[in-house]
Amino acid sequence: MIAYLLRKLATLLPTLLGVTLVAFGLIRLVPGDPVEVMMGERSLDAASHAAAMHRLGLDQPLHLQYGAYLVQLAHADLGLSLVTREPVIDELRVLFPATVELTLFAMVFAVLLGVPAGMAAALKRGSGVDHGLMGSALIGYSMPIFWWGLLLIMVFSVDLGLTPVSGRIAVEYEVVQRSGSMLIDAWLGGEPGALASALRHLLLPTIVLGTVPLAVVARMTRSAMLEVLREDYVRTARAKGLSPLRVMLVHALRNALMPVITVVGLQTGSLLGGAVLTETIFAWPGIGKWIVEAIARRDYPVVQAGILIAAAIFIVVNLCVDLLYGLVNPRVRDAR
Amino acid sequence: MTALACADAEPPSPARELWQSLAASRGALAGFGVLALVICCGLFAPWIAPHDPVLQFRADLLRPPIWSAGGDARYLLGTDELGRDILSRLIHGARISLFIASMSVAMAMLPGIALGLLAALHRNALGALIMRAMDVMLALPGILLAICVIAILGPGLLNTMLAIAIGTLPSYTRLARAAALAELGKDYVTASRVAGAGTLRLMVMTVLPNCMPPLIVNATLGFSSAILEVAGLGFLGLGVQAPTPEWGTMLASARDSLHVAPWVMLMPGLTILVSVLAINLLGDGLRDALDPRLKKVG
Repeated sequence: MIAYLLRKLATLLPTLLGVTLVAFGLIRLVPGDPVEVMMGERSLDAASHAAAMHRLGLDQPLHLQYGAYLVQLAHADLGLSLVTREPVIDELRVLFPATVELTLFAMVFAVLLGVPAGMAAALKRGSGVDHGLMGSALIGYSMPIFWWGLLLIMVFSVDLGLTPVSGRIAVEYEVVQRSGSMLIDAWLGGEPGALASALRHLLLPTIVLGTVPLAVVARMTRSAMLEVLREDYVRTARAKGLSPLRVMLVHALRNALMPVITVVGLQTGSLLGGAVLTETIFAWPGIGKWIVEAIARRDYPVVQAGILIAAAIFIVVNLCVDLLYGLVNPRVRDAR
Repeated sequence: MTALACADAEPPSPARELWQSLAASRGALAGFGVLALVICCGLFAPWIAPHDPVLQFRADLLRPPIWSAGGDARYLLGTDELGRDILSRLIHGARISLFIASMSVAMAMLPGIALGLLAALHRNALGALIMRAMDVMLALPGILLAICVIAILGPGLLNTMLAIAIGTLPSYTRLARAAALAELGKDYVTASRVAGAGTLRLMVMTVLPNCMPPLIVNATLGFSSAILEVAGLGFLGLGVQAPTPEWGTMLASARDSLHVAPWVMLMPGLTILVSVLAINLLGDGLRDALDPRLKKVG
C-alpha cells in the first residue's frame, strides 16, 4: 500500500510543477500589467511606472521571477496581493473555508439524495418511478446553474421571503472566526439566531451547487446498481430467500459503490468550477469569486495562488479516490 | 425458408443501423427533434425572427409575454429592459450558441484526437510528455481556464470558442489514446502494417475509425456542456459582448429586472435548459446505440 502511495505521488509531482508553470505563465500573458490596472484612468509617467514595477519585482526577467516564485512556494509563501498588499495566504485563510463549507454541503446534499434515488430507480427499473427519477436527473444534469440560482432566488427570496439573497450570515450577527466554518462559528458564538441565519444563507447556494453532482450521482448509482444486480452472487442471495432490501443494501450496494465513489471524487474535484458561478450569483465570499476578480485586476500572486489551489484540490481529491480504490479493490493496488 | 431469406438480405449500413437503434428510443428521438428545431432557428434566424434582435422599441419597455395581462401580440415572449423583442433575440441567440459550441467541439476534437493518436503511437518520452501536459490541463477547472484564456485574448466570438476548446481538449486526447492503444494490438492492424501501410495511413484510415464511438459520445456531451459554458461566460460578462443576442448575456442583464419582469430571465434560461436537455437525450441514445455493452445495463 505504501509503495502504491509513493508511486502515485511520484507521478503527481510533475503535474503539480506543470500547474505552477501554467499558473505563473497564464496570468502574465494577459495584456496590461498590474500597475496600469491599479492606476486605472489616471495615466502614470514612464519613470514612476518603471519604479512601481521595480518595487513589485516585475521588471526582472521571467525565468528569474518564476524561480523566485518556486522558492517562495517551497517556503509555503504565496506572496502579497498586489492590490491589497496583504499576504495572499491571509486572504485565503478567510475565503477558502467558505468555499469548502459550500462544497461539502453541496456534495453531502448530492450523495444523500442521489444514492437513494439511483437505488430506487434501479430497483423499480422501467417503472414510472424510474422514468420520473431519471428524467429529473437528466434535467438537473442539463441545468444552467446560474439560471437555476436566479430562479431559486426569485421563488424563495423574492416571492416567499424565506431565504436571504447573498452572503454567509445576516449583518446584525458578529461572528468571531474560529474554525472558518460559519455554521460552527455561529454555533460556538452562541448568539441566538446566528446559526439559523447562517443555515438559511447556506441553503440556496448548496442546492444550486449540488444539483449537477446530484444528477450525476443518481445516474451513476442506478447504472452501477443494475450492473451488480445481474451478478450471480446477487441471484444466489435472492435464491437464499433474503429480503430485497437486504440484498440491495448488504450484497449489491457495496460492489456498486466503486463507480459512485469515482464520480463523487471527480465531481468534488471539479466543483470549484461550479463554485465560480454559484459564488458570483449569491455573493458568497469564497475563492471562486476571488479568483475571477483577481484576474480582472491582474493581481498576479492571487491568480497564481487561486489556480494552484484549484488544481491542488483536484489532484488531492483524485489521489484520495485512487487510494480508496486501492483499499477497496486489491487488484487495482497491485496492477502495474 | 425465413432463415434463407434473411441470409440473402444485405446487412444494414452502419449509418442505417445507428439510426434504427436511435429511433427505438423515444427520448433520443425527442432530443433529435428539438435539436433540429433549434438548429433550424439558428440557420434561418433572420427569416424566422419577427423583429430585428437589437432593435429597441422605446415605447414598449418590459412588455410581458402575450399570455399575461398587458401582453402585446407583436411581442410573443415580451420585451426586455431596452424594449427588444425577446423571441427574436432568442432565435438569433441560437445561431451564436450553436455556432460557438460546434466550433469549439471541432477545435478541441481534431487536435485532441491527433495528440491522442500520437501518444498511443509513441509510447516513449513524447507520449509521456503529452499525457502529463493533459494531466495539468485536466487539473484546472474548465471555466477557470476559459476565464484566463478570455482575459488573455479578450472577449469575443473566436476567443470564446478557443477558451472552451482548450478546456475540453484533454478528454479527447485521453479517450483517443486509450482506444488506439486497445486497437493497436489487434490482428487487423498488424495485417495492415505487414501489407505496407504507412504510419499516417495506419493511424488515420485503419485505427481511427474503430476508435470513434467513445469520441462521438464525448463530442455530443461536449457539445451540450459547451452551450452551458458559453452561456456561463456570457453570464459573467466574459462571453460574446452586448448587444449581440447571446443566451447567457441575456440572462445577465435580466438580473436587474428580476423583481419586476421575471419573464426576461425565465425565457433565456428555459431555452438553454431545453436545448441542452435535447442534446443530452440524443447523447444518451447515441451512447446506447454505439456501445451495446452499456445498453444491456441502461
